[in-house]
Amino acid sequence: MKLKLPNPELDDRIPSYRDLERMEKEEAGDRPKWDNKAQYLLTCVGFCVGLGNVWRFPYLCQSHGGGAFMIPFLTLLVLEGIPLVHLEFAIGQRLRKGNVAVWSSIHPYLTGVGIASLLVSFLVGMYYNTIMAWIMWYLFNSFQSPLPWSQCPLNANRTGVVEECARSSTTDYFWYRETLNTSAAIDEFGGPQWWIVLTLLAAWTVLYVCCIRGIETTGKAVYVTSTLPYVVLTIFLIRGLTLKGSIEGIKFLFTPDINELMNPTAWLDAGAQVFYSFSLAFGGLVSFSSYNSIHNNCEQDAVLISIINGCTSVYSATVIYSIIGFRATQNFDDCTADNILKLMNTFNYPENMITENNYNEVLSNLNQTNPDIIQGLQLQTCDIQVFLSQGVEGTGLAFIVFTEAIIKMPISPLWAILFFAMLFCLGLSTMFGNIEGVVVPLQDLNVLPRTWPKEVLCALTCLISLAFGLIFSLSSGSYWLALFDNFAGSIPLLVIGFCEMFAVMYIYGVDRFNKDIEFMIGHKPNMFWQVTWRFVSPLIMVVILVFYFITQISKNPTYLVWDQEAESFPTLTRRPYPSWVYIIIFILAGIPSLAVPVVALYKFNQRKCCKQKDYSDSTLDTISAKIQRSDEIKF
Amino acid sequence: KYLFSINSALGDQAYVWNENEMFLFRATLAFAMRTYSDGQEYDVANVVVCDETPRVSFWFVVTSPLDASLLVDKRRVEEAVRKSRSRINSAFLLTDDTLEFIGIPPTLEAPVAPDTPPWLIAFGVVMGGVGAGIVVLLVSSVKRDGEEETGGKTENEAASDAIYNMSFSDDEPVTQM
Repeated sequence: MKLKLPNPELDDRIPSYRDLERMEKEEAGDRPKWDNKAQYLLTCVGFCVGLGNVWRFPYLCQSHGGGAFMIPFLTLLVLEGIPLVHLEFAIGQRLRKGNVAVWSSIHPYLTGVGIASLLVSFLVGMYYNTIMAWIMWYLFNSFQSPLPWSQCPLNANRTGVVEECARSSTTDYFWYRETLNTSAAIDEFGGPQWWIVLTLLAAWTVLYVCCIRGIETTGKAVYVTSTLPYVVLTIFLIRGLTLKGSIEGIKFLFTPDINELMNPTAWLDAGAQVFYSFSLAFGGLVSFSSYNSIHNNCEQDAVLISIINGCTSVYSATVIYSIIGFRATQNFDDCTADNILKLMNTFNYPENMITENNYNEVLSNLNQTNPDIIQGLQLQTCDIQVFLSQGVEGTGLAFIVFTEAIIKMPISPLWAILFFAMLFCLGLSTMFGNIEGVVVPLQDLNVLPRTWPKEVLCALTCLISLAFGLIFSLSSGSYWLALFDNFAGSIPLLVIGFCEMFAVMYIYGVDRFNKDIEFMIGHKPNMFWQVTWRFVSPLIMVVILVFYFITQISKNPTYLVWDQEAESFPTLTRRPYPSWVYIIIFILAGIPSLAVPVVALYKFNQRKCCKQKDYSDSTLDTISAKIQRSDEIKF
Repeated sequence: KYLFSINSALGDQAYVWNENEMFLFRATLAFAMRTYSDGQEYDVANVVVCDETPRVSFWFVVTSPLDASLLVDKRRVEEAVRKSRSRINSAFLLTDDTLEFIGIPPTLEAPVAPDTPPWLIAFGVVMGGVGAGIVVLLVSSVKRDGEEETGGKTENEAASDAIYNMSFSDDEPVTQM
């Protein structure tokens, strides 16, 4: 089935093969180039491998059947991830322009796709860099011993610890109170927290200094930011495996539950994870590959990057869960030791009479002989499965659970510094791609006059993002961030991704695209690519989008709050959003998605009304006008 | 009431609780009463221990040195113990956790708060480095642009001529008419 929508004048807008060869030979200087292939690959790997690989994938893996989750994940990686990545690489390398210019070259009505990418990159960049600010806050606070999240502060009259801290835990308190100073609801705004504002400033300036000259500077930075995470992960793996209980964690992660494969949510989550993990539809990948030489083998690159991304997810899941296993075992041991102590004190048994091994027998004996005393003691039930499944995704994983594990390890500050440096590098290299997806389209759209250097545009982008990002420094900032994460970084991307595929296959033309790839890498893309590009991947994206949409619409959106007054404290309480949040949701998800059709209509109108003007103009291009023009040239 | 958890504190180096250890305990308590109470000459005999258990926990009372049948007020004993807690702990190589005195919570030591929070120092270092980096990069950018302008001017003129040439080709659609 070869559907091809009419697209005249396409050849006028894109460089021909002769032009490409000529540009390659002459090295036309106005487009930046990669210093070497390694820089390009490290930048793409850095962009794709981000915080999601460390704190989203392990949770999905464990909650959707452990080892069995690999099946949907790998299937969708091959059917959805790799084709999309190859598509973006190929189209960028062929058309050699920034994201907006690529889509408007394919067809002027498609400029909306590029603009939607720009908006999404901007919104995501705003909140992603706030997470970077939080990471920097923890990183700065790691340079002391004992670590500040290992102790509760004392209350006013020095008789005990602060109540909020006593009821929850030291790491909870440090995160919710001393870092976020969170309020209890999204409409309780609170003022900006000055320390968060400072770290936000730090995060944006570090980003600016790395992106100041585009890939010239980021290309150097990625040598560190893309490689350091792997080094740290390996160090943590070695450290983790020597700790007690790490094997428990890894077993918990990978224990397969084949029944989960029947659950459609497992497949949907796997598909969504693959899509977001590859940072598709942000425009960064298209931009990065446009700096390549024309005969670079983009097919190989796509497969390589995809494999690296997938393997990194699995590797980091192993490391994370080895440390979580350690923490869970520690908590379990502490819990049991507490109970043993209570029993010993009540019944005056000598020490070592009750150990972990005979605890259960002794308890059941005592329960039979003195049931009321046992009741009165209120012994906690210690279940290691409960400890293993606590709070293990997102910011909760990094800032509460992992920090707790770190304070139980000897030489805690070292591990804290390593961990947060790793998170910082992971996030920073992703932000490079984000900035690329914002600054280069702005350049293409001629938002600033061409004579102004790129540094200024980059500075303006960072400044404006910082200014808007101050909303995340409010007391309710983390709730705003969750809102942005749920809505700005989800539906619009799926819409854009689908439009990209459709545009390349059916508006640009699959035949032309195949010929282009043959020109670039020497052979036509094989049947696998044809089938996935034309049918399988768009279908998967539509399915995910529809299901996503339905699940969001069908239930009232809710969010989790840290409320001291709530019954379930210290567990987070789920509350519905206030009604004005729907407007915000529409702005975040609706405006980028609607940019595609709206800009298309706008361009359509523009063309319609300008076509008549053009016609009248060309009739005026008579001989007298020609003489006038050539007069101008002579003098 | 006192609770000793020797094994959990010392593990392999745990000592066995015997009469001598009890004697040491009574002696330290007498020391505490002498130093922090009314200054009377308390002796080991004034510390009476009862209800000892294998858990190593027991009750004790302190009698006044002047009259053996008079018990010292509980509050004064507690105060004396609280003030000399660390001495008593170290006499037994234990800590507040492992040597528990029921009824006297340990006075908590405030966590050390340095004058400048360490994170501000790290922040300052990073901002300083980044600021220097920005300045260096911007200055070298400006310099590079300046050199290009002065050095490559003739090339630019040639390029603009080429642009002008292209305008001739625009005439072609018109002449085709």
